[in-house]
Amino acid sequence: MAKRDVPEVNAGSMADIAFLLLIFFLVTTTIPKDTGLNRKLPPIDDSEFEPPVIKQKNIFTVLLNGKDQLLVEDEVMEIKDLRKAAIDFLDNGGDGSCSFCKGLKDEKSSDNPDKAIISLKNERETSYAAYIAVQNELVAAYNTLRNRRALEVGPKKGFRDMDFITMQKNYKDVKWYGNKAKLKKLIDKIKLEIPQKLSEVVN
Amino acid sequence: MSKFKKKKGGGLPPINTAALPDIVFMLLFFFMVATEMREDTLKIKNSMPVADQVEKLDKKNPVSFIYMGSPKEEYKKLGTQARIQLNDKFADVDEVIAFIGAERAALREELVPFLTVSLKVDKESNMGIVGDVKQELRKANALKINYATGTGDATSNM
Repeated sequence: MAKRDVPEVNAGSMADIAFLLLIFFLVTTTIPKDTGLNRKLPPIDDSEFEPPVIKQKNIFTVLLNGKDQLLVEDEVMEIKDLRKAAIDFLDNGGDGSCSFCKGLKDEKSSDNPDKAIISLKNERETSYAAYIAVQNELVAAYNTLRNRRALEVGPKKGFRDMDFITMQKNYKDVKWYGNKAKLKKLIDKIKLEIPQKLSEVVN
Repeated sequence: MSKFKKKKGGGLPPINTAALPDIVFMLLFFFMVATEMREDTLKIKNSMPVADQVEKLDKKNPVSFIYMGSPKEEYKKLGTQARIQLNDKFADVDEVIAFIGAERAALREELVPFLTVSLKVDKESNMGIVGDVKQELRKANALKINYATGTGDATSNM
């Protein structure tokens, strides 16, 4: 018996089917945008304890009013100057107990980064965009100091040329092959030295 | 000398489109991998502010989203004040606690303490509503929050 020819399958409409699927996925999916500022809310405290008395010089008050105007330590300020002002406040080291501070050692400003508290107050009419801008600048101030500290301490522990942000990124990165336990310890140490004490006034 | 006879027609040869499906499939796979399904249909305007100290939202832990913003054109009758959207519908501030409870109930028990609440707030809204939601989250003891933002120069927000 003679061999029968297998007829060729017509694949001309394959492209159409693929296009159909492609368009379906284009319409129903989104490219995820998952960046943001991570913050922690304080738990509600019902206890009757008197809050500890904090010296006025250790508090850096930031007030954002309903017209998005910024009042920092009772002075009007532009958003672009806020980061510098916050760094100066945190880095002051007034009582000399902070070995890594490079600030002015001003008696009237904060004692050390552990005691320094930034207090942020906003009004109901404040726009969210302005609030995020202020939050961002304050977090940036902490990050700048932590980065600087990380670059000082890192080389001694075997983590050369790594600032704090890179350390945190590497710690989370599964492909990073360094000593993670050691890195975690260093991150925690820096976090303890320069704690993020950012309190928000509830109105 | 039939070898040198002119071909009939002499028009353009047909373009070979055999590789077209391959190209389209390549695009298809790219989109399937790089995107994810829309979770909620937004009924509010939701363009987020930008910041430059951003961290990536940790997707290993469970995340719940709370949207806030003024209603879209189709829901103009609800006014222009910013409103809360939970899942697929508008909600009031006092529904936030119940929403967090429902989100927690859907999780495996060991993951409950790691629940992060991502606040996707329109940049045009006011802090009043955000503050109210934050207060409700404190009551619900959902303390890990994330302000979803784009990346860019934060000072351009003001």
